[in-house]
Amino acid sequence: MDFAIGEDRQMLADTMSRFLAKNFDWEKRLKVIETEHGFDRAMWSELAELGVLGALFSEDVGGFGGSAFDIGVVFAEVGRAIATGPFLETLMAGHLLAAAGESEVLESVIGGERIVTLAHAPAHDAESGEDRDVTASGSGDDWTLDGAKGVVGYLGAADLIVVTSGDKAFLVEAGGTGVSVSDYRMVDGGSGGELHLSGASAKLLSGVDAGTIAAAEAAGVVALSWEGVAVMDQLRDQTLEYMRTRKQFGVPIGKFQALQHRMATLALEIEQARSSSINAAAFFDKPERDRFVAAAKYTLGKVGNLAAEEAIQIHGGIGMTWELPLSHYAKRMVILGHLLGDEDEHLSRYIELLRAA
Amino acid sequence: MNLEYTPEEEAFREEVRTFLKEKLPARLSSKVREGKHLTKADMEEWHAILNEKGWLAPHWPEKYGGTDWSVMQKFIFETETAMAHAPRIVPFGLSMLAPVLIKYGTEEQCRHYLPRILDGTDWWCQGYSEPGAGSDLASLKTSAVREGDHYIVNGQKTWTTLGQHADWIFCLVRTDSSGKKQEGISFLLIDMKSPGIEVRPIKLLDGDAEVNEVFFTDVKVPVENLVGEENKGWTYAKYLLTYERTNIAGIGASMAALEQLKHVARTTKKNGTLLIDDPLFAQRLARLEIDLENMKTTNLRVLDAAGKGGAPVAESSMLKIRGTEIRQEIGALMRRAAGRYAQPFVAESLEEGYNGTPIGPEWTGPVSSQYFNNRKLSIFGGSNEVQREIITKAILEL
Ligand SMILES: Cc1cc2nc3c(=O)[nH]c(=O)nc-3n(C[C@H](O)[C@H](O)[C@H](O)COP(=O)(O)OP(=O)(O)OC[C@H]3O[C@@H](n4cnc5c(N)ncnc54)[C@H](O)[C@@H]3O)c2cc1C
Repeated sequence: MDFAIGEDRQMLADTMSRFLAKNFDWEKRLKVIETEHGFDRAMWSELAELGVLGALFSEDVGGFGGSAFDIGVVFAEVGRAIATGPFLETLMAGHLLAAAGESEVLESVIGGERIVTLAHAPAHDAESGEDRDVTASGSGDDWTLDGAKGVVGYLGAADLIVVTSGDKAFLVEAGGTGVSVSDYRMVDGGSGGELHLSGASAKLLSGVDAGTIAAAEAAGVVALSWEGVAVMDQLRDQTLEYMRTRKQFGVPIGKFQALQHRMATLALEIEQARSSSINAAAFFDKPERDRFVAAAKYTLGKVGNLAAEEAIQIHGGIGMTWELPLSHYAKRMVILGHLLGDEDEHLSRYIELLRAA
Repeated sequence: MNLEYTPEEEAFREEVRTFLKEKLPARLSSKVREGKHLTKADMEEWHAILNEKGWLAPHWPEKYGGTDWSVMQKFIFETETAMAHAPRIVPFGLSMLAPVLIKYGTEEQCRHYLPRILDGTDWWCQGYSEPGAGSDLASLKTSAVREGDHYIVNGQKTWTTLGQHADWIFCLVRTDSSGKKQEGISFLLIDMKSPGIEVRPIKLLDGDAEVNEVFFTDVKVPVENLVGEENKGWTYAKYLLTYERTNIAGIGASMAALEQLKHVARTTKKNGTLLIDDPLFAQRLARLEIDLENMKTTNLRVLDAAGKGGAPVAESSMLKIRGTEIRQEIGALMRRAAGRYAQPFVAESLEEGYNGTPIGPEWTGPVSSQYFNNRKLSIFGGSNEVQREIITKAILEL
């Protein structure tokens, strides 16, 4: 057994942490989330230069990492700073580009020259009230896409869009004919959009199949669970700090046993969540992957909600204010629970796997 | 024991329903149903409609314009108005200050202030909390020093809800610091237009500016604006809080919100399955409804006992805790139901007249911001931890 993260990864984490502390401090974040796309495009290129994006991919496709633990380490730093930007989108879309051998495109993404996003979940269709997805028609090099995708991260900022359709994936140029985008801000910072395609020409990512897409989703969950644990750590630490300084009834509120026990429970739950994220990474290349990935996302949703709600509650009124970083950590925490399927969805998946085993 | 409505209560319910059908403006009820922000004018509009009908202040004595409704009638009124998506009545004047004036104020104060609350002349806000005095409210420092026929007020209040609209603020102020902290507090009515008052908005996590800081610098307040006796304000303050707590419990609001949630569960699909057919979501929903049904009866039992002379002090704490937990859980399930569409947030879409294309199912627009905003329910009116302290001491005698 070895729980050490490894020297190279530690170095990357330290570099990224220092960079974000310097270039993405609190004032900066408040400004950035009010901008059109909710992230700093220039900073994105700098992060790419530091190798942050390269760490998400293996050497054979132009990166220098790509293991589940490499991914985890990067996303933990994203979580610690609640950095906005298409991290998850780059990871997941990049995974599909890599599987298709699109090394040139991937290189420009890893280098930060082009922004890619992944359009995967269907859109809500106002007319029918149902989900509407993308259908593909064509063959060889000649494909067109029709339909819609919903809540596509950083869609408005993307140069390239990887679009899934069933067990296939396609590459679409943003701004091409038949590609229309409506974008908006997200409640937790950052931006997203609805993608509408009508007769949009697309390139088939050959080599991608249902298994590749599932693996990209699994990688996404590993990323989110590491990001989530880092956010939980922040929520806990900021709350403990506040409990030591805020006085009511003549004593720091940390002296009230009612609050102490709740923080003790939270601390325990966060350690459980950390273990679930380690499990998910450790079994990423193993047959048990899906079970541990479902477990991690379930745990992230459950503990994340607890962490967000307890942190605000124990802060009292101040925990509800925009000016305090804590409330933004809490918002990010809760929304992480919604991404790539929520707690209930992953618990259901876990139950299915349990039945099938 | 019998929980059914009597024929009279049934008739009363019909009367309320007819009134709502005729008088509640559709513009307002759709704003409420859609979770849009209400403006000051919206709140005033509904206030005036109820006042015209004589139904604005059911809990006041008849001689000041109250009704002589029974506990059950008040409950029927609360739930029917909530189920019809009527705006919530701003409680500061009507449900907080007025009961204090009626019980502890002078006849003159009642005759002056109560009609102005009813006809909407005065919009009140609540000046209790301070930066250093939240849960430990009695440690408040804003001082009022008597100089001739005035008090001179200095200090700061915070978290003042809708203070930006207010004409008046009722404040707890320190008039004596020599003895026990509870014994030097007075209850003072202050005109917000007085020189020396400054209101600064506080932006909350959902981006909304519903609370404020209020600063007092040498504000002159006539002595006749003192309610009751000097240094006895703590008693009045606590009396007011029991009203505030029962109000925050919001059973009617929960019933209306649960109806909406059930509708969403029956019509929204996640991965091709209706939420109501998803065993995990259905469980959450069922637990919530069971809790709310239980709560309705707990609420009526407490109010019934109070009507017969029992004081609902500690029991109001129970109502406040569970009532707010239920409200928060309904909001949490709406957020869960929204799935990926909980993440987009178009602030302008919460304003009237917005006609952009909705993102996702239309009901998802406000759910996340409401969920986050609802965190306040377990914090204000005395936090739920403080309520548990009250139950521990006053009911359990531990
Ligand atoms: C949206 C909003 C609107 C509000 N509107 C108004 C208003 O209009 N007028 C007004 O006067 N006030 C208002 N308040 C203030 C509200 O009443 C206070 O926030 C509340 O009393 C808690 O005080 P605090 O925020 O200072 O938290 P603190 O008192 O600092 O509490 C911090 C944490 O410690 C816990 N705690 C404190 N003491 C104990 C104890 N003895 N045992 C266990 N736990 C304890 C609390 O429960 C909380 O979790 C509002 C607050 C909010 C958030």
